[in-house]
This record gives sequence, structure tokens and C-alpha cells, in this order.
Amino acid sequence: MEDLKQVVFSLIGILVAFFVVMTMVAYTVLAERRVLGFIQGRLGPNRVGPGGFLQPLADLLKFIFKEDIVPDKSTRFVYFLAPTIATTAALMTIVVYPFGPEIHLPVLGTIHLVIARFDVALLYVLGVTSVGVYGIALAGWSSNNKYSLMGGLRSSAQMISYELALGLAVVGVILQSGTLDLYSIVEQQAGHLGISGWNLFWVQPLGFLIYLIAAIAETNRVPFDLPEAETELVAGFHTEYSAMKFALFFLAEYVNMFTVSMLATTLFLGGWNGPFVHELPWLGVFYFFGKVILFLFLYIWLRGTLPRFRFDQLMSFGWKFLVPLAIINIVLTATLQWSPLFDYVSKFLKTSVGWLG
Amino acid sequence: MTPQLSWYLALSAVLFTIGVVGVMIKRNVISMFMCIELMLNAVNLTFVAFSSFFRDVSGQLFVFIVMTVAAAEAAVGLGIIIAIFRNRESLDVDEASVLKL
Amino acid sequence: MAVGCAISMVAQRNPLYSAISLIGVFISLACLYVTLSAPFIAAVQVIVYAGAIMVLVVFVIMLLNVEQAERQPRRLRSLVPIAVGLAAVLFAEAVFIIFFVQASPSTPTRNISNVGLTSSIGAGLFTSYLLPFEITSILLLMAIVGAMTLARRGGLLPPANDAVARGSSPTVREGAGKT
Repeated sequence: MEDLKQVVFSLIGILVAFFVVMTMVAYTVLAERRVLGFIQGRLGPNRVGPGGFLQPLADLLKFIFKEDIVPDKSTRFVYFLAPTIATTAALMTIVVYPFGPEIHLPVLGTIHLVIARFDVALLYVLGVTSVGVYGIALAGWSSNNKYSLMGGLRSSAQMISYELALGLAVVGVILQSGTLDLYSIVEQQAGHLGISGWNLFWVQPLGFLIYLIAAIAETNRVPFDLPEAETELVAGFHTEYSAMKFALFFLAEYVNMFTVSMLATTLFLGGWNGPFVHELPWLGVFYFFGKVILFLFLYIWLRGTLPRFRFDQLMSFGWKFLVPLAIINIVLTATLQWSPLFDYVSKFLKTSVGWLG
Repeated sequence: MTPQLSWYLALSAVLFTIGVVGVMIKRNVISMFMCIELMLNAVNLTFVAFSSFFRDVSGQLFVFIVMTVAAAEAAVGLGIIIAIFRNRESLDVDEASVLKL
Repeated sequence: MAVGCAISMVAQRNPLYSAISLIGVFISLACLYVTLSAPFIAAVQVIVYAGAIMVLVVFVIMLLNVEQAERQPRRLRSLVPIAVGLAAVLFAEAVFIIFFVQASPSTPTRNISNVGLTSSIGAGLFTSYLLPFEITSILLLMAIVGAMTLARRGGLLPPANDAVARGSSPTVREGAGKT
């Protein structure tokens, strides 16, 4: 009975999370177009529905009804497999993020607001993003188009290079929290008023910066989006994809963006922690999504503001600057863990006094 | 019924022999390389199965080290393959069986 | 499913399909590791093998533009019956092991063991297995140096003679231009 309850909870959790993520991603696309419009001094799409609210629906209809072109000489199996891999890998990671603290439901007992809680959750996330590289590489290859191939290879090379910097930046957090389980990492970041314990403030500002840069590069966004920019290489690896499959790639990119934002809030910004979150547990969910939206806004803001890196500049930045910096961060964190002053300040920041929540 | 240890060992043996057959059959050097990786993974499975059934962690430690060695060997091996390809313009091991270019 | 992917890998002629089948093998092995209460090894398998090594292999396949192998001349056709016989023996052995061998030292109830937890792997790695760990790191360093050396376009050793060097590698040409 206990097992059945768990399975049902997991299924409901997966469905809810899937729909919430899809909706948020659709509205992120809309938000991006509007915010970019405001940055560039114009209004974004605002005709469909009040303030452009139904624009994602219109886009979805367009994608469904567009003609599905398959290039003649492409390898068909791989051509169909590539967007599937990209989307699946992007969506698989939302399973381990803790959306909120323990919720006491009246009939069903206490549940933790996380779909799957296991010991190596952080490694699982890193692994699944590694597999997501295949979607892009195979897409570039199977389009039988040398520009797509170049775009795909460049994009995959960029992703695996910055994956390394991402992993190393995360090691600092692991050193400090002592666990790979994302729920425990978030629990340890509860401090005074739910804010002071965040990993961003104590010990890891450098780690956060490295993570942010590596995450932007990992999701192929500006300033690192040379492989898929519209003015270079004729839109890169998804040149030959149309309609539904292009929609899947597009979706995979935005879900990826969403996923790394969620990882950033979980690891560095305290997840669902915030003022008064232990009295009203549902507030944790709002805090979590608020922080994620903050990150998404940061992404969009950077897109509107920064120029792109050239590919060799991008690769040398990743390998020659970010990776050594991440290693220095690890060494610094490990060294600081030895000092008793560090322990004292940590305890002060991270343990919450009862009445402050 | 719960999986017995012998099942995992049988699976590992089957995977290993498939890898060996692949190495013997394939002419493309990259395919041979992939079959070697398959053999290494079959051995990893044996180690992990034993470590789980005997409750001893040293099996998994050894698997960790084997994976690291396999990664190092993959990097160097692919470098060698690329170097061979540059010189001979062909990836066929039957043609490369004589040392002259 | 692991066996299916493995057979598909050996049987495919296009090496890209072989690579995809091998990724399938790795991921199914990772799932098996999870059922064997080794979650850390499963995650590391996906990250290292399926995520990095196979990406390298796929890159090499794409860059070297490897196509399908043509059907090789059937030289050893007389050995095919022997091969089929040996395969049947292997299959029979596997079936025998699965159905008839009972000796297994596992406890009757599969309680969750804490062998595969990351903390125990870390503890073992840094205490009793420290020497293999350090030697492995040196091995990785050798592999990095080796891979970079093999990939250089200017040949394996930097040329000692300036007159030869001026024509070949661009860095030396840069240096010569500065003097």
C-alpha cells in the first residue's frame, strides 16, 4: 500500500511538473519576445489575446499545421531520433528538483515536494545534460547539409567544453554541503529569515558566477550562441528541420534554459527558502518559481544586451579561463573549510533562529 | 523472483562474447574500438554485481578506476585512429595490416 | 535490452548506428547498476561513458565521414556452421545458468544495502585505495598529453632546425616574424 501510494504520487507529480514546465516555457518564449522588444525600443507581439497572452497558442497551432519537410538524402532514423533525444534529455531533469518543503496534506499525510529523491541527484542532472549533447550532434549529421554538420559539431563541442566548467563549479557547492542530494542541499540553505543561508552569499559567489557563465554557454544562448544564431551558418544544426521537429528543438532549448535556472536556484539561491517559509509551506513554491523567473529574465536581458563570441574565442574562454578559475574555486573552498572562523560564520548564517523562521 | 547473482554473470558473459565476436568480425577500426568498450563494460557489470551481492565496496571502486582507464584509453585510441586516417586515407584494418604506408 | 542493443551494434554496418546502439547498451547497463544498488556508478557511467566517450566517438565518425562498409568477401564461409554451433552453446549455457543454477549468496530479502552510496565509495577511495587513485590521475595526465601530441598537425616533435621550421608550423612562423 505504501508502495502504491508512492507510485501514484510520483505519477501525479510527474504530470503536474510536466504541465507546469511546458506552460512556463511557452510563456517564457512570449516573455522573451516582449522583453527583447522593450529592450530594443519596440513592443513585442501583443495582438493575439490581451497583451499577447495567447501568442504561444498561436505558435503551437502554426507548428502543428506547418508542412513537415524531410530532406531527401538524410538518414531517416537518426533524423527522427535527434529531436527526440534532445527533448527527452531536457525534460528528464525536472524530476529531481525540490519545489517546496514538506507539505502536510490533510488526508494523504506528509509529502516532500520533489518527485524523486535519491542520493546522487546532482550527478544524475549532470549525466542527463551530457546525453542531451547527442541530440544536437546527430541533428547536424543527419541533415546531410555541410552547414548543419558544422553547426552541430561546433555546438556539441561548445556544450561538452562548458559541461566541464559547469561540473567543476558545482563541486564547490558539494564540498560545502557534503551531499549530492538536492533536497538536502536546499534544506541546508535555510538561514535567518530564509535568506542568509543561501550558498550565493556564503563561500560561493565565484562559484555562482562560473556556474552562470557555464550554464549560458551550455544552453547555447547569447553570448555563446554562434552555432545557432540566425545570421551565422544559416541557423546551424536545425536548418533542415521544419514544423513539429523544429518545435521540439526549440522547446528543448527553452526547457534546458529552465532546467539550468532551476539548478542554479537550488544550488546557489536557496531553492524554496525565503522569509516565513516554515509557517506557510506553500510559500516555498512561490519563492522557487520566483527565483527561476529571475534567472530567466537575466537570460533574456543578456540576450538583448550582449554581442556574440566568435567560436574560437568561446572555446578558449571556456578551456583557458573558466576551467582554471573553477579549479581555483574548488581549492579555495576546500581550504576555507579547514578554518574555524569559517565554521563559526557558517553556523551563524545557516542555522535559523526559531522566531525568525 | 529476485534476480540471482548468476543471472548478472550470465548477462555479462553474453555481452563479453558479443564484444569479442564484434572485434573479430568488423573491418572498420572505429567499430572494433566500440566493441572493445563493450567488453570493458561487460567486465564492469561483473564487478558491480559481485560488489552488490557480497556487500563489498571494493568492487565498485575498481569499476570506477576501470572507467577512468577506459576514458583515458578512448582519448588516446581515437587520437591514434585519427592519425592513422590522416596517413592512409582509409579506416580498414585489413588494409592496414602491413606497416608500410 | 542490453543484449539486443549489443547484437544490433555488432550487426550494423553503418558505424553511426553502431555508436547509437552502444549508447543504448550503456544506458541499459546504467539502469542495471541502479537495480544493483550502485547509484553512483550508474551516474558516473552515464556521465563518462555515454556522455563523453561516445560523444568523442561520434565526433570522430562525423569528422572522418565514415560510411557503410561494403560487403566483405566471404572468405571464411566454411567456418559459419562452427560459429553457429558455438553461439548455440553459449545460449544454452546462459539458459542453464538462468534457470538451473541456484547457488547465490544473496540474502533472501533484498534489503537496501548501503554499499553503493557515494560516501562509502569516497571513503574507500581515499583511504585504502588511495594509491590506485593517485596513479589513475597520473594516467589521465599521460592520456591528455598523449592525445594532444597525436593531434598536432606539425608532426610529433617540434623541429629543431630553424630553416625547416619556417615552413611548417604557424607558431614558429609567428615567432620568426617577431624577431
